Amino acid sequence: MLLLRPNPSSGVPIYLQLIEQVKHAIDTGALRPGEQLPGIRPLAEELVINPNTVAKAYRELEHDGVIDLRHGAGAFVAPQARAKKLTDRLRAGQATVAAAVERLRARGVTDAEIRRLFEAELAGLTKAGGHRG
Amino acid sequence: MADPFVVETVDLRKRYGDVEALRGLNLRVPAGSIFGFLGRNGAGKTTAMKILLGMTRPTGGHARVFGLTAGSSGEGVDIRRRAAFVSEDKSLYDSMDVGTMVRFTASFFPRWRADLERQYLRLFELPPHATVKSLSRGMRTRLALLLALCRGAELLLLDEPTSGLDPAATEHVLQALVAHVAEEATTVFFSSHQIADVDQIADHVAIIERGRTAISGALDDLRRDYRRIQLVFDEAAPEATFTAPGISHVRRSGRVLTLLSTAGAEQVVDEARALAPASMDVFPVSLKEIFLETVDAEE
Repeated sequence: MLLLRPNPSSGVPIYLQLIEQVKHAIDTGALRPGEQLPGIRPLAEELVINPNTVAKAYRELEHDGVIDLRHGAGAFVAPQARAKKLTDRLRAGQATVAAAVERLRARGVTDAEIRRLFEAELAGLTKAGGHRG
Repeated sequence: MADPFVVETVDLRKRYGDVEALRGLNLRVPAGSIFGFLGRNGAGKTTAMKILLGMTRPTGGHARVFGLTAGSSGEGVDIRRRAAFVSEDKSLYDSMDVGTMVRFTASFFPRWRADLERQYLRLFELPPHATVKSLSRGMRTRLALLLALCRGAELLLLDEPTSGLDPAATEHVLQALVAHVAEEATTVFFSSHQIADVDQIADHVAIIERGRTAISGALDDLRRDYRRIQLVFDEAAPEATFTAPGISHVRRSGRVLTLLSTAGAEQVVDEARALAPASMDVFPVSLKEIFLETVDAEE
């Protein structure tokens, strides 16, 4: 059974956490193309979160081409090609990130600091320099 | 349902003698939502619920439930027929046993759901022959909830449904609410000062502070729009004025300048760069922090 575990109090929208966790599950092979995801209601009940939140996550995943929503039948991981493309893309990215993290650790940057650096970069904070080396 | 909002209040006011319990409450509860109504004790949550149910009349503004005017005698009856209320003290008849209490309540409601009654009696593990008086607080809450859920109501108004419950009992209640909303066409409006409960199951939220709506909206939008931006300088933080929209708090403390934005970080970050800080960080803001910032701001 797929392990989805959103953290409601993190400040990150729960539907975004679900989207990331489903994509991660596909990336790691825990979910395979064609496999069925839990229904909206059972998943909401299992995680004790709002069913509208699960529905929103599934809609976005469908829009991103990650899953197919078949009316009445449920949600399924999208066919091989698409999922594989996603996997390859992510795998390449993962290698880049792994190398960067490795180099930073070697320089004595802590994991918490690395996490902050990534978040700052994603938020576009470093565009104009400003950071001390 | 024609009306997209099951509950709508506009500038709702209530005065008890010299005390203004509500000073301009604006609520919009979308159909099918789980709406968390957050506020400190005494902020006006219970007064608002009583007005919605016609148990007390507003002294200003107006409140509509299902598009009907709360507080008008004719329409109020219709509201109370279609909405179920669970008060904070879970008012029940102490001398009855659980089975009698259920049958007694069922006799008032033609749309009583016997199927749900069986389901919840089993799920909540309520002992049918125990007297209501002998029930633990958690069991009492479950019974009150069962009576509300089985009425086939379109709207559940729950006043502090999890107050005084241990974490396991709280989870049980939240689970029942989530399951109910997933399976029935019901809107849940629940008041709470338990931020974690609201965080977990609500999709819409309003924070009431001293009788006024301080914040309201979709919880995902709040989570997306609130950001804390922290600037660290080499010297003492400058006394800067920011013009970016949505900046609600600026705090200077030594070399650190902290900003709270209600409109994302991008514009603030652009502006802050001009100050050439040594470092800049952006953090998500949890509902708990939003709540605390909101109620502190009003002090």
